[in-house]
Amino acid sequence: MPEVNERPLVQAIGLTKHFPVRGGLLSSLLRREEQVARAVDGVSFDIRRGSVFGLVGESGSGKSTTARLVLRLIEPTAGQVIFDGVDMGTLKPAAMRSLRSRMQIVFQDPMASLNPRMTIGAAIEHPARIHMPDLTPKQRRERVIEMLEAVQLSPGRQYYDKYPHQISGGQRQRVVIARALVTNPDLIVADEPVAMADVSVRALLLELMMKLKEQFDLTYLFITHDLATAKYVCDDIAIMYLGKIVEQGPLRSVFREPSHPYTRALLDAVPVPDPKHRRNRPMPAGEIPSALNPPSGCRFHPRCPIAATEVCPLVDPELRPVEGRPEHLAACHLRTGAYQHLDPER
Amino acid sequence: MSEVVYSIRDLVVEYQTRAGSMRAVDGVSLDIRRGEILGLVGESGCGKSTLGKAMMRMLSRNARIAKGELIFDGRDLVKASDEEMRQIRGGRIGMVFQDPMTSLNPTQRIIDHITETIQTHRPDATDEEARERAAFLVERLGIRKDRLDDYPHQLSGGMRQRVMIALALALDCDLVIADEPTTSLDVIVEAKFLDLLKELRDEFNLTIMMITHNIGVVAEVADRVAVMYAGEMVEVGDVYSVFEKPSHPYTEGLLKSVPNIAIDDEELYQMAGGPPNLMHPPTGCRFNPRCPYAMDICSREVPPRFEAHGDGGFAACWLRDPVRKEARDA
Repeated sequence: MPEVNERPLVQAIGLTKHFPVRGGLLSSLLRREEQVARAVDGVSFDIRRGSVFGLVGESGSGKSTTARLVLRLIEPTAGQVIFDGVDMGTLKPAAMRSLRSRMQIVFQDPMASLNPRMTIGAAIEHPARIHMPDLTPKQRRERVIEMLEAVQLSPGRQYYDKYPHQISGGQRQRVVIARALVTNPDLIVADEPVAMADVSVRALLLELMMKLKEQFDLTYLFITHDLATAKYVCDDIAIMYLGKIVEQGPLRSVFREPSHPYTRALLDAVPVPDPKHRRNRPMPAGEIPSALNPPSGCRFHPRCPIAATEVCPLVDPELRPVEGRPEHLAACHLRTGAYQHLDPER
Repeated sequence: MSEVVYSIRDLVVEYQTRAGSMRAVDGVSLDIRRGEILGLVGESGCGKSTLGKAMMRMLSRNARIAKGELIFDGRDLVKASDEEMRQIRGGRIGMVFQDPMTSLNPTQRIIDHITETIQTHRPDATDEEARERAAFLVERLGIRKDRLDDYPHQLSGGMRQRVMIALALALDCDLVIADEPTTSLDVIVEAKFLDLLKELRDEFNLTIMMITHNIGVVAEVADRVAVMYAGEMVEVGDVYSVFEKPSHPYTEGLLKSVPNIAIDDEELYQMAGGPPNLMHPPTGCRFNPRCPYAMDICSREVPPRFEAHGDGGFAACWLRDPVRKEARDA
C-alpha cells in the first residue's frame, strides 16, 4: 500500500512547551504572576519515513526539548505528535508503552547513558527484557550479540561481558546505538550523538549510523548544533531560534540558498577548515535573548541586519514557502511574507 | 625571525598511574613568537592540554616534568620556585580555559576580579587607576561598562570568556595560553570571540597559544599551527602552508576528516585505526600502524624533524627525508 508508506513517520503539529519558572519567596509573597520559559513555541514538521531530519540550533533554541516532546518523555503544553498515524496524546499508558519500543534515543555522552556497573551485554539486553518478553534468555543473548556485531563490535561475544570503562569512547557510543536498536525501532532520536567524539571517530560513527539506517529501515531525528556535521547526514533540516522554527526544507536548498537572516548567520559562523576562507557578512549583534521574555514580533528582529521597523518588531512572521521552492519554508517578513519590498538586499 | 616569547625544549611529562608511568608529552620542542596566534591541535589524549599545563607549571599531582626546559623571560621555568611561578601566572602569562566559571570567583563582581588582578601584580596602582583600566578593557572587548558590577553567573558564556581575556590584557601579559576557549560557546558567539582575538593580536601585539581540537578554529585564527599525536609534535608550520600541503600523513588525515561546510563533498574521510595506548606506544614512528604510506624504516626508527613549510617549520616523518626522497624520485 504505497499511500500508507508516504505518510510521514512523525508529524509534529503546533508543538509547544512552556516551563513554569518559580520565582523566589518574595515574588510569591507579592503574588507576582508566574513566569514561563517558552522553550518550544508552536513547532510543526513532518519526518519522512526513512529520512534523516535535522533539528539545528544554538543552546537554548529548544531543539532538545522538541526531541523530548516527540518521544513524549515530557508532556506538551499544546500541540500534537502523530507517530505513524497515531496521535500519541490520546494513547492510554499501556498503548504508549508498547509504542515506546518503536522509538529510541541516543544521547551525547555515552558514559552518562551507560551504567558503569552493568556489563555492555546486560545494558543492551535491558530494553529487550521489557519490550520483548516472549524471547527466551538464550534468544535474548543472541539478539544482543547480533546487535553488537551490527554496530561493528565484533566478535560480539568478546564484548558482551565487558564494562563501559574497558572500551573507548567511540565504542561506548556504538554500544548505546546497539541498545537503541535492540527493540527494532522505527525512529531513533539522536541528540548530539557525535558531539563528544574526535574528528577521526566522528566520521566512523556517522557512517555507521547511515549504514544502520539502511540495514534496519530506520528514520532519524538528528539534533545538533553543528551545521557542518548536519551537512553530511541530513536529508531535511529545520533551524530553530528561541523556541521556533525559522527555516526548514531540504538540506541542500537550505544550505545553498538560506533565506532567513539567522540561518545565514549560523552558516557563516561555522569555522571552515581552510585559512583562505573569509566570512561574507558581519555577525549579528548581541546574543540570544532569554526565553522568559522573548522579543515581540519576530524574535530575531533585535539582532537582525535587515529588520524593518514597520513590521518586524510588531508581527510574528509565519513559515511560508520561499519563492519557487514549495518545500523550503522561512519565517521572515522580508523574505517570504507580504513585505518583501522592504528587503534592503532585494 | 621574530622574537621568541616562550621556548619549550625537549619536554617530557610523565603521569604516574596504577599501571605504571606514562609519557603524555614525549620530547616536545616548540617556540612561541611574539605577536602570533599559535594553534596547537590534536585529538583527545594527544598531550596538548598536558603541554599547556606544563608550560604554566600547573600539572596535576600525579604528573611531573621528567626532562626538558621551559625558557621564558631568560630563565628556565622548570627550575622556578612556586613563588616565582605565582608571579608569572596571571602576571606575565594569562590563561583562558574552556569553562570560565571555574576560573572566576562566583562571589566576586567582575570589576573586583580585574582590579584585584591589577593591584596584586602592580601594588602601586591606585583604586581609581585600576577601575579606569578595567572599564577601558571591558568596553574594548565589547561588554557594556555597567556589566562590571555583575557577578560571573549573570554574564553569558561568551562574556565570561571576554572577561578572562580582559584579565590577561589588564597586565599586558606576554603570552596567553587558551585551552579550548571556544568549545563551550555557540557558533555565532565563537565567531565573534575569534574575530576579537585577531583584533587584539594586532592592536596589543598579543601572543596567544590556542589549544584546540577544532581544526576550523585553527584555520580561522592561527598564524602558525602545531600538530600533536600520541605525545609527540609531528608537524609545525605556517597555517596556509600546512593546510595547503600537510607534510605529515597524520595531519593530512586529520584535515581530510574534518567536516567542511564550505565545500560540496558528501562523505567524510575516515582515518584507519585509533590512537595508540601511551603505556605501550608503537616503536619507530607512533603513527606507522595507521599510516597509509608506512615504509620499513617507519616501524623501526623514530623519525627526526625534517624541514617543511620554511620559516622553521618541520614534519617528523621519514617521507620528508631528503635522502630518501631522492631515492624515491630516482
